[in-house]
Order: sequence, then structure tokens, then C-alpha cells
Amino acid sequence: MSSALKALHFKPLNGVRIVVWSAFALILLLLPLGAQSSFALTLVCLTGIAAIACMSYNMLLGQAGMLSFGHAVYTGLGTFVAVHAMNKILGGWWLPMWAIPLVGGVAGLAFGALLGFITTRKSGTPFSMITLGVGELVFAAALMFPEFFGGEAGINSNRTGGAGWFTDWGLTFGPQIQVYYLIAIYLFICTALMYAFTQTPLGRIANAVRDNAERAEFVGYDTRWVRYLIVMVSSFFAGIAGGLTAINVEAATADLLHGVRSGGYLLFTFLGGVGFFFGPIIGSILLVFALVVLSEFTKAWQLYVGIVFLIMVVFAPGGFSALIMLNLRRVKYGEWRKMRWPYAGMFFFGLIALWGFAAVVEMAYQTQVAAGSGSVVTVARIPLDAASSTSWVIAVAVLVAGGIAFELWRRKFHQVWNEGEARIAEAIKKAEAAIV
Amino acid sequence: MEFFTISLLNGVSYGLLLFMLSAGLTLIFSMMGVLNFAHASFYMLGAYLAFQVSEWTNFWVAFVIAPMLVAFLGGLFERVVLRKTHKFGHVAELLVTFGLSFVILELVQLIWGRTPVDYKVPAALDGSLFKLYSSSFPAYRGFMMLVAIGMLGSLYLLLKKTRIGLVIQAALTHPETTEALGHNVPRVFAMVFAGGCALAGLAGVIGGNAFITDPGMAQAVGAIIFVVVVVGGMGSLAGALIASLLIGVMQTFAVGLDWSFIGALQSFGVAVTPDTFGYPVWKLKLSQVAPILPYLLLVLMLVVRPKGILGTRDE
Repeated sequence: MSSALKALHFKPLNGVRIVVWSAFALILLLLPLGAQSSFALTLVCLTGIAAIACMSYNMLLGQAGMLSFGHAVYTGLGTFVAVHAMNKILGGWWLPMWAIPLVGGVAGLAFGALLGFITTRKSGTPFSMITLGVGELVFAAALMFPEFFGGEAGINSNRTGGAGWFTDWGLTFGPQIQVYYLIAIYLFICTALMYAFTQTPLGRIANAVRDNAERAEFVGYDTRWVRYLIVMVSSFFAGIAGGLTAINVEAATADLLHGVRSGGYLLFTFLGGVGFFFGPIIGSILLVFALVVLSEFTKAWQLYVGIVFLIMVVFAPGGFSALIMLNLRRVKYGEWRKMRWPYAGMFFFGLIALWGFAAVVEMAYQTQVAAGSGSVVTVARIPLDAASSTSWVIAVAVLVAGGIAFELWRRKFHQVWNEGEARIAEAIKKAEAAIV
Repeated sequence: MEFFTISLLNGVSYGLLLFMLSAGLTLIFSMMGVLNFAHASFYMLGAYLAFQVSEWTNFWVAFVIAPMLVAFLGGLFERVVLRKTHKFGHVAELLVTFGLSFVILELVQLIWGRTPVDYKVPAALDGSLFKLYSSSFPAYRGFMMLVAIGMLGSLYLLLKKTRIGLVIQAALTHPETTEALGHNVPRVFAMVFAGGCALAGLAGVIGGNAFITDPGMAQAVGAIIFVVVVVGGMGSLAGALIASLLIGVMQTFAVGLDWSFIGALQSFGVAVTPDTFGYPVWKLKLSQVAPILPYLLLVLMLVVRPKGILGTRDE
């Protein structure tokens, strides 16, 4: 009993952290071995960049409770400045190409200092509305200055030029694998820095401002100044992601600044989970999956993403990372075994309902938007004809039957889940009582 | 003079349309603390439903039915989805309406396609109301102004002179006390949400055929009504009216004028050439800058007076 009363010491380099961060580094190091095709490598590169952007977004949303609708402004402007810097390198400036993301970061910081001064004058909901307005302002202004933003076509550059300490050893960024390792190194360092930032006094005060701004103000902190600092730090990392984009695609177009992109960061950071530091990394994987892979399968992918988002906000506001952590807790308390069948049933009926829904959506889509290419669609290898009423009846019947079965099973699941939660709460209470 | 009068009339009619949109948004916000991100999507839904109903029957039926349908859908959303997220706080409520705006956009594209639909002004209102010098003022614009002013008046009477309005006002400031007096506050919330959506739907019915009915219409107006609400002052209806008219008139005038800094500087005797520092900024014409003027107003307002024109809270 008394062993539980050991004194706590501050040990930033504890065993768990060493294992987790080493594993993270190892994964980043070995990932290209798994991604043999160039397409897979491109996906991995995009995910790495998106992970930095989503984590920087979570600094606002998760850490400081600021729901921004204009985060793409900082990543996008970072990309534009970085592309201009790359062209300057090609024109003879002495700057190593691997430092370009830092240029993007400084640009993001500068724009964060400028625009954040305006947006952080308000907090909460008005802050969200203002970031949306400022985002629209920057996007519209970008089209007005073709001298800098290149108009509709955008601006291009080339990443293989320039001097640098490593150029002689063959680090020219010609092959994609070199770009991958550049992204991986930046990702690792940025992740470590952002994690360290959550532990600083400023990071902690940001949490206080998120949870109760009034009290933080009362204790003596200038909440607006805290929000302003957080916006600046967040836009610095967003700018680094933008600079990496510049190296990765060697071009910048105005749609990098568009509100749809800002909405994407918000949506997928939330889906990944704002409550845990690693949540946005899951979000970035989902982002690249939806934008690149899912959009290959179906033109209506935004509808599916939107509905998943709605369901998550209502039923699992902690995102996927919270779901993972809740289930890990079940495993820890030996409760997970009871959840196997409820999960299996949810999964099974969910898939059936999903098939019915997808069939309806795809057939509707085929008749409305892609009518020129015939009326035959294939949903999960099952051919359907949008022109025949039989297909419609089957799809709707499957959707309704699957939906009802899913809902019934979900109620059962809910009951089992809550029983488990109650038992875990009981176990925690007992353990606490034992310590005292 | 001719340009001035016509622009002013057009600006006021556009401003009133903006007010119809921002009135519902402000009402919902000040009552429930929920910023309805999907408000402009309900505007779009109103236009599309009006198009569909007027295809089946005629415009006047659509004029009555479509806002009701939008109100029903809004109320349904409040009841089934939004109320569930209430316990998670305002961020979750904002997010859920953000997700809804996504879904509505996709559903509209799924049902009516991606190209603009042919939603026409009814024949009875197609033509000019009066002629001023050489340019005519369309009758439909006059109708829009009439509807907006009528709506404004009835909203005022409803809120200030009826029992329902009293309960709404009470629930706005003291929800617990109102509940303790035996009123069903959640139902009042649902009604206000549905009512706000109906206003947006009505704006869509009369705005959809005056401008264009396509899937981009929600996004085109969505950010601007947020600007209206912030500039007018969060939660202030009168402030929203002033800001809407200001933005409507400002944008309409700016589109018609091709003033630029070069012209202004030249009249002071300063010559500007392409070599002058900052030439890309000086050469911009006012008509080119028109789309960003509302946002510049927003920035200016936040620097000078962060609580907005008639706002009371300075958060």
C-alpha cells in the first residue's frame, strides 16, 4: 500500500517517452521501405506535410480553444514566399535548398503577427467568424496581385538548384526519396518542438485561457496577448508545412489559400482528435486518404466525409484518437473481451447500411452529374443500373434494412459499453481508496 | 445623378437581402449562442426548393411553401442533431453546423446537379418598375425591397408586441427563469432556429432568381453575412441592419466606379508610373477591389471599434 505513495519527480526523459519517440523516428526512417511505388511515396510525403499543418492547427483548436476557419492562409502564404525564395536561389542567392521550409516558417510567423493582431481581438465564436473573413480577404487579394501570386496559373520553381553544405554529396532533391527524408526530418523536429511547447508555461496558460478565459484574466494574464502569441507560434509551424509543400510540388497556386483548404484542416484535425497530441497525425493520414484515395473511388467523397464528420461531432466529439484511447482503457481494465461481439455486429450491419447508402448516392450521382457516361455504376463490385428501378429498390431496401439492424445493435452496444464504463469507474474508485 | 440613384436603389435592395440573411443568424446567435455556419446553406436550400416548387406549380406557391420547407428542415436539424451537441459546448455546435454546410452543399449537387438551375423571375414581375433618365429599375428589385421591409416589420412586431415575442425575449436573457415560469425553453430554441432558417429560406426564394441559383451561392454570401454580424455588433439586430445596408450600398457603388489611387494622386499633381514603389497597389481600380471591401471594413472595424457598430459586449 505504501509503495503507491512514492514522491513524484519531474523527469522529462522518462522511459515511455524514449520508447515512443524512438519508435516514431524508426517509423519515419523505415517508411520508404514499405512505400515502394512512387505513388505510395508521394502519399507519404503529403501525409508528412499535412501532419505538421494539422498539428499546428491543433495548437489553436486543441490547445487554446480557438476555432480558426483561415489556417490555410498561413500554410499558403508560406508556400508562396518559399517558392519566391526558391526562385531567388536559382537566381544566385546563397541559401541552401533544405532551409526553404524555414523561410516558409518565418513568412508564416510574419503573417501570423500581422493578421493575428486583428483576428485575436476577439475570442470564441467571433474569432471564428473573423478568421473566415480574413481568409476570404487574403484569397481575394491574392487574385488581385498577379505580380506576386501569379494569378490563376500560380508560380513555379525548381527544387534542384542552389548551393548548400550537402549538395556536393548528392543531396540535390532531384529524387523524391530525398524530399521524403527532408520532410521526415522536419516532421520529427517540428513534432518534438510542438510537443515541448505544450509543456512550456505559455502552452499551459493557453490551456487555461481555453478552459476559462475569465479566470485566467483574473489571475493576471492578458488573454488576448496569449491568443496572439499562440497564433504566431502556430502560423510559424503552418508556414514550415507551406515551405515543405513548395519543395514537394515546386509550385504555388491561389487555391492553396482558399477557404476549402482551411475547412479541410479543421475537419480532419477534428476527426483525428483535438484532445490528444497525436490526434492530428491520425487526422493528416485521414486527410490524405480522403483527398487522394477516396476521391479516386467516388466523386461524391465530400458527402461521405461530411456525414462522417457530423456523426463524429455528435457521437464521438473526441475524434478517432479519443476512441483509440477509450478502447485501450478497456484493454487495460480487462473489459475489451466483452466488446468483441458488439463491435463485430456494429461493423457488420454498418457495412450493409453503408453499401445501401453508397449505392443510392452513387446512382443519384450518376444520373445527375455524370449522366454522359452511361447509367451503370459499380458499388463494391456489385453492378447497378441507375436507370432501372430494380437497382433503386434493392439499394433502398438494403439501406433501410441495414440501417434498422444497425440502430438496434447500436442500442445494445451502447448498453454494454455503459456497463463497462461503470465497472471501470468502480475499479478506479477502488484503486484510489486503496491508496488513501 | 442617374448612376447615383440607381446604384443607391440597387445597393439598398442588396443590403436588405443581406439583412434578411443576417437577421436570422443574429437571432439564433443571440438566443442560443450558436453561430449557424450553415445559415447560408439554408439560403441556398430556399432558392433550390423555390425553383423546384415553381417548376411544379408557380412562383407564388413557391414563395409561401419554400420558406416553410426550409423552416421544417432547420427545425428537424435542431431537434435531431444540434440539441445533442449542446452539452459539448459552443465549439461542437459550431462544428456540427459546419459539417451540415458540407452535407447540404453535396446533397444540392446530388439532387440538382453542379450547373446553375433555370430559376426565373415570375412574368408578372419581369420588367421595369420605373425609368430614371435612361436606365430602368427592375420591378423585381422593388418587390425584393418590399418583401424585405415587410419581413422586417413583421419580425419587429412579432418580437415586441406579441406574447410569443415576449417569451423569446425572456428566454434570450434569462433562460433558467423562463423555464422556471413553465415555458418550454428548448422548444422556443427550436422555434427560433426554424424561424431563422425560414428567414434565410425566404431570402433564398427572392434572391435566387434575382442573382443566380447554383451550388456556389452559399459560399458567395456566407462569409459576407458573418462580416455583417461582426461589423453590426454581435447579437444586435439594428446593428445588423445598418451594417447590411452599408455593405450593400458600398459594394454596389464600388462595382460601378473605376477610381484608383493613380487618379487620386494625379489630381494632387503626383505622377505615378509603373516604376513607382507599390505600383500594383496604386493601379488597382475600385471596381476590382469591390469583392474585398466588406472584409476590409471588417478589419477596419476591428481595429477602430472591436465591439461593432451597435454591439454592447466587448469580448
